Amino acid sequence: MKGVALLIDGITVQFGAFRAINDLSLAIDYGEVRAVIGPNGAGKTTLLDVISGITRPKAGRVLFDGAQDITRLPESAIARTGIRRKFQKPSVFEALTVRQHIEIGAEASFRRQLDGPALTDRVDEILETVGLESQASRLAGELAHGQKQWLEIGMVLASEPRVLMLDEPVAGLTDEETERTAALVRALKRPDRAIIVVEHDMDFVELIADRVTVLHEGRTLFEGSMDKVRADQSVVDVYLGR
Amino acid sequence: MKSWTTDRPFMVLILALLVIAAAMPLLAGTSLAPSRYLTNAVGQLAAFAMLALSLDLIWGYLGILSLGHGLFFAIGGYVMAMHLLKHSFVATGTVPDFLQFMGWKDFPAYWAGFENFPYALVIAVVVTLLVSSIIGYVSFRSRVGGVYFAIITQALVYVAMLLMFRNDTGFGGNNGMTGFAVVFGWPVGTEGMITALSVASIIGLALVMLACRMLVGSRFGALMLATRDDETRLRTLGYETLRLKLIVWCLSALIAMLAGMLYVPQVGIINPRVLSPELSLEIAVWVAIGGRGHLVGAVIGALLINSLKFWLSSAAPELWPFILSGLIVLVVLVFPNGLVDLAKFRLVRPFGPKHLALKSGEATR
Repeated sequence: MKGVALLIDGITVQFGAFRAINDLSLAIDYGEVRAVIGPNGAGKTTLLDVISGITRPKAGRVLFDGAQDITRLPESAIARTGIRRKFQKPSVFEALTVRQHIEIGAEASFRRQLDGPALTDRVDEILETVGLESQASRLAGELAHGQKQWLEIGMVLASEPRVLMLDEPVAGLTDEETERTAALVRALKRPDRAIIVVEHDMDFVELIADRVTVLHEGRTLFEGSMDKVRADQSVVDVYLGR
Repeated sequence: MKSWTTDRPFMVLILALLVIAAAMPLLAGTSLAPSRYLTNAVGQLAAFAMLALSLDLIWGYLGILSLGHGLFFAIGGYVMAMHLLKHSFVATGTVPDFLQFMGWKDFPAYWAGFENFPYALVIAVVVTLLVSSIIGYVSFRSRVGGVYFAIITQALVYVAMLLMFRNDTGFGGNNGMTGFAVVFGWPVGTEGMITALSVASIIGLALVMLACRMLVGSRFGALMLATRDDETRLRTLGYETLRLKLIVWCLSALIAMLAGMLYVPQVGIINPRVLSPELSLEIAVWVAIGGRGHLVGAVIGALLINSLKFWLSSAAPELWPFILSGLIVLVVLVFPNGLVDLAKFRLVRPFGPKHLALKSGEATR
């Protein structure tokens, strides 16, 4: 499946006098892993906030799947269209078990949507994908930092999202955990899914990204493959060179 | 969360309540019979425990602190008082004091039908749902939460108190309503009536506890905890948390209302003091001391603090505020989860969450 999964069309976000995103346009295709990088304050997380409906842009539109305008939808409605996001700080429900998280992620409704066996299968499959099979009945509050990161990825993955956004998935992870996460992200790549990764770790970005968008002061500074990004003088000046 | 049938502290408390409820009528007339004062006090305590449960449901399990739950308690209480006065008037011709004070010849028009209990009950439910859903919808829709919501609810209960202090509203004014002569056709103040009301309150408490336990143990309960722990996370998974919060908030209000309806016939009076911010704050203290997020904790907290208050209010009333504040300081500093911490430290530790998670992990594998 080809085509544009997400079209960000002239988005501007303003916080008081500070313009976090400045007339930004961006297209993300199905089947690609897109990394969004840039210095602190470049607007990376704000961009994900706009897509997931947490922050309302002052101007511009976000189109999902080529046609559906999701700019003004509430967060829950955006999530139900198939756009899921892992937050920067691992966001899990401390009082619930690992299994309950995946179940909640799989259903997205107060009424049960999958019958018992189908749900169990889905949960087992996701737990295996993120490598938490042996932790299924533990409480999320007891997990290590890396496990929480994977749990949250599993939770957003459980609904089989069409657009998957990962905000700093390897922040605070060990080298070994980072490698595992890179393998996981590559395994999640599908022709009918777009994956957006915000990350500072350039080696990780190199491992996973098909294309890289460099943001600077709320605008696109450069877009292309990682090799070209590293070679571009303007990117080196504002970000990589420091 | 494990099933309620295997939740040992919960089952012990339910059984204890049922034993007390059964013992009181059985012991009547024997030398072991509890005094009228004690029977009545136990019934009032049960109503307070139910009130604590209602707050624990919304605060402990959903993370929304209400400092105005006295409002819903008062709606139940006032409607019950109106029913009892009208019923007493129809049965015995007793004219309520407040009508005489005001020099009114007859009940105001909106008192029509209150002699009929089912009608009064419906009115209580409708008013409670109306008030709670408006407060809840307006606040939760604008994403008002935390300390702001607590302040709003506190202000609302205070406004309601000022309103009820007015004598011309037809709800008894500052003297409130008292002088109930009959309850469901039976004269008040008899041993049998005191026991019956007390037993009804205890059984009501047990039923509400069971209902709350089943709710928090369900899938819906898991979503409540998820909302408490990280609402934005849950919302961006596709769940409209506004609906969930509104449902639990209204349910909590209904439980508080029921507690008020059970409380008033036992204490024999209602006045605007139940709407004072003090009572609403105290409910939060009961729950905090008992352990919020634990139904058993909330009930035990309410029972302990109120027993202490009952006893001290005759022994040393001037000490009460100091003891209550001391307990709050202790909870904040030493036992952040209230008595539940204390219990875990001494009794429950070998069955603590880690141990249980390990055990159930082995069982499922």
